[in-house]
Amino acid sequence: MAATLATVRARTGDRHHRGAGRWFVLAGAVVVALLVVAPLLVMLLNAFKSPDDYTQNGPLSLPTGLYLDGLVNFWQRTEFPVKLWNSFFISAVVAVAACVLSLLNAYAIGIGRIKGRMWVVLLFLLANMLPQEALIYPLFDMARQVGLSNSQWSVIIIFTVIQSAFGTYLLASVLGTFPPALLEAAALDGAGRWRILWRVVFPIVRPTLMVLMIFFFIWTWNEFFIPLVMLTTGDTQTIPIALASLQGDRMMDAPTTNAGALVSLVPALVFFLIFQRTLTRGVTAGAVK
Amino acid sequence: MTATLSPPAAASRARVRTPRRRGRSLPYLAYLLPGAVLFVLVIGYPLVTNVYISLFSWRGGLAPLTWVGLDNYTELWHDAAFWTSFQNSIAMIVAMVLVPTVVGLLLAAVLFDYLGRRFGTRVASVLRATYYLPQILPVAVAGVLWNWILNAQTGALNELLRALGVASPPNWLGDPSTALPSVMLVLIWVQIGYPVVIFMAALQRVDPELYEAAELDGAGWWRRFRAITIPQIRPETFVVTLTCTVAALKVFGPIYVLTRGGPESSTLVPSYYSYLNFFDKSRVGYGAAVATVLTVVIVVVAVVILALQSRAERAEEVGR
Repeated sequence: MAATLATVRARTGDRHHRGAGRWFVLAGAVVVALLVVAPLLVMLLNAFKSPDDYTQNGPLSLPTGLYLDGLVNFWQRTEFPVKLWNSFFISAVVAVAACVLSLLNAYAIGIGRIKGRMWVVLLFLLANMLPQEALIYPLFDMARQVGLSNSQWSVIIIFTVIQSAFGTYLLASVLGTFPPALLEAAALDGAGRWRILWRVVFPIVRPTLMVLMIFFFIWTWNEFFIPLVMLTTGDTQTIPIALASLQGDRMMDAPTTNAGALVSLVPALVFFLIFQRTLTRGVTAGAVK
Repeated sequence: MTATLSPPAAASRARVRTPRRRGRSLPYLAYLLPGAVLFVLVIGYPLVTNVYISLFSWRGGLAPLTWVGLDNYTELWHDAAFWTSFQNSIAMIVAMVLVPTVVGLLLAAVLFDYLGRRFGTRVASVLRATYYLPQILPVAVAGVLWNWILNAQTGALNELLRALGVASPPNWLGDPSTALPSVMLVLIWVQIGYPVVIFMAALQRVDPELYEAAELDGAGWWRRFRAITIPQIRPETFVVTLTCTVAALKVFGPIYVLTRGGPESSTLVPSYYSYLNFFDKSRVGYGAAVATVLTVVIVVVAVVILALQSRAERAEEVGR
């Protein structure tokens, strides 16, 4: 009886098809989601499991006790607090500096409408796409010549320019649509170009700059190749490099690997959760006209 | 994001031509000065120097440079490893562009136009956030995690397979026949959330009346997907294709952490091959030549995609 009712309802086809089919679609989407989180769950399960427990009960069992040696081991071997600070320092300086540089560039291109700006923008866009391998050896050599080898400042300068290439590209098109009336009004009030930049333009594009800053921070935080080449000793290296360089180490048993991966992703995760709203807006801002 | 280029630029061109504004832009050049100097220093000069280095045989550091002309490039032409690396780039494009874009498009449309409406937007946004999770991991973390999962002796996957009764599970990353597919799977896992998020944001821009009208006309989900969703979010599809293709051609971190190009070069990619020559084999000129070729390939691919995009945009405007 109930079954016939259901089929009747399905056949009459109300606009939102409240049939059983939707549960299958939901199940499919959930299965995909589970496949995506499964590796992370496995990591979580095994980060605090003792090696004996792991060999006996396998990767999918709940840990029988809280085993912290893996975490301690990783923490001490990598001198984690040093790496955390290095990553934070480099990413934060780059995020701020690249935003300032992007704004200055974009001000000249978007508001100043300098000649050949289309080409300048295209140049910045292509610069952002270049493989870092095509720059690294000369950069490595230049750093050595000016006494910045194994210095975080070399990495900071390089990423400030690379990130601001993208920022310039994005901000220039945002500023290209800046209401001219505002600029004219400010000019009539006797404000100079410098003043207009910081008093009129900056407050209006601040939300976009915030998004850019978060992006720059995360991108720099996750960068691998240039820090790997430029930062050669433990006291200057960042978290991703420290984690990767422990690979193949005999001491890297399952709990050490997993606890290491776990604490290495926590900062990025925390940062992501804090700025999630800004970020989703940012992804949209970056993608749509 | 590339869609932003044309409309304001076209509008501004008209304005600049009016005599009133001529010459006014000159003082603004001062604002471009710091950016331009740094740009030349960090990108322009190294790029040119790299091409220059590629014409020499050089062991790096203080060793003498020996002029060899185009010898490095002719050697590349006959170098099997070089060709393998670009062949593997195609596999990287499949794993980082093709599969994520197609699957991402389907997932985004299902979340937005089906599940979002039947189970509420909360369900859709939780699922979206889950798909996006691997994207926020530092790539080294993702690599180290997968390296352990796929490890032949102690990895989670093989422990599981052995528990299920598989006597000798494959050495996923250590066997030339499984290494590349394994790396590809990891990259799909990393990449899948990006198109989903971009496409879902794009769908919010589409007029819901389009869907409602189509539904009233009796168009099923698949018809709506093909007739509305795909054409409406074409600009975003271009952006995803462009950024992911460039990323796929440049991929380094996952290869370094997962396989270091091995076994037997089965997962070698151009960026890792140039790194290997620079810092491992001390063949700096040769590494520079690999990097130069890679740069040319990336620029050509990017320009082609950008050109296709602007042609599609123009065709659309004419169509209106």
